[in-house]
Amino acid sequence: MTAKTGDTAKTRNLSFLLGFLLVALVLAGAVSYLADSNPDGLDHATLKGCEVVETAGGEQLQGSCIAQNAKDHQFAGSPLADYAVDGGENTTGLAGVIGVVVTVVVAGGFFWLLRRRPKA
Amino acid sequence: MTGSVAMHMSDGLLNPTTSLLFVGVAVVGLAVATAKARGDLDDRTAPLAGLVAAFLFATQMLNFPVLPGVSGHLLGGALAAILVGPWVGALCVSIVLVVQALVFADGGVTALGANVTNMALIGTATGFLVATALKRFATGKVGLVVVAFVAALVNTVVASLGFVLEFAIGGDPAFSLGAVTATVVGVHCLIGIGEGVITALTVGAVAAVRPDLVYLLRGTTRPLELREGTPA
Repeated sequence: MTAKTGDTAKTRNLSFLLGFLLVALVLAGAVSYLADSNPDGLDHATLKGCEVVETAGGEQLQGSCIAQNAKDHQFAGSPLADYAVDGGENTTGLAGVIGVVVTVVVAGGFFWLLRRRPKA
Repeated sequence: MTGSVAMHMSDGLLNPTTSLLFVGVAVVGLAVATAKARGDLDDRTAPLAGLVAAFLFATQMLNFPVLPGVSGHLLGGALAAILVGPWVGALCVSIVLVVQALVFADGGVTALGANVTNMALIGTATGFLVATALKRFATGKVGLVVVAFVAALVNTVVASLGFVLEFAIGGDPAFSLGAVTATVVGVHCLIGIGEGVITALTVGAVAAVRPDLVYLLRGTTRPLELREGTPA
């Protein structure tokens, strides 16, 4: 730890952290458009036995499956629900970038407050 | 549900008593993790931990195909545990789940206890225990990457067993537990392969540039010291 002068180590740390953040932003902001939109493993299991039918009132589940017990999300109408900005088409990337920023602020802030501080 | 890019348990899949029970499990687990995490957080590791959480959020958006019509996404327990340790790691995954539930309407609010229990507590603990058990093989770049793959694969499958347990306690008894178990665990064996690949790539990349920041490598005798000029 003391092998390097404080300044060099700090710069090295900062560039690593910024690089890590950039990767997260690119994944959420751009690569997310390539994500498979099929139901995930858990959804697949809860949808087993049902068929998803498009109706005038939206999608409905026909048959008998666990997912029929699922309730609509309390925040289904919130501005970033379902990783879209105000429900807009092709806004996944922007929603993802916002999510990365929110997460790094919440988690980074929490961990920074929680950290052990050097004794003065 | 159209267009959703990640999805955790919704409300209503478990009865209210069971949901509440796992809220209790999650709260106790996170209280312990918070108390223990303090010892692993300092000026150097706290910012990294924040970024690990942000990286998990980003990576959970990237559903990959596992079967025709079925996708999977990273859960992240082993990834977080290997990079920042089990206590901080469990908190990272939990913060992601809370942000997803409250901001992105992904994962029910009353199901948050069960989702945290499965992915943050069970997943991280399993990933860490497997990685620690195999730590002596994590010498050198290849060894570490293989250990990360195996730990992540196992964490995914065991985390899915958490859902099975919750469903057995408080799911709709009209559905056969055996059939649910077979589907959930079967598909998570496949998702675990994807989780293993993503975890191995990420841990390998971090270890290549900053092995000193990888929690699992702490206390090892410089197995991944960078030697400038030496070809990989």
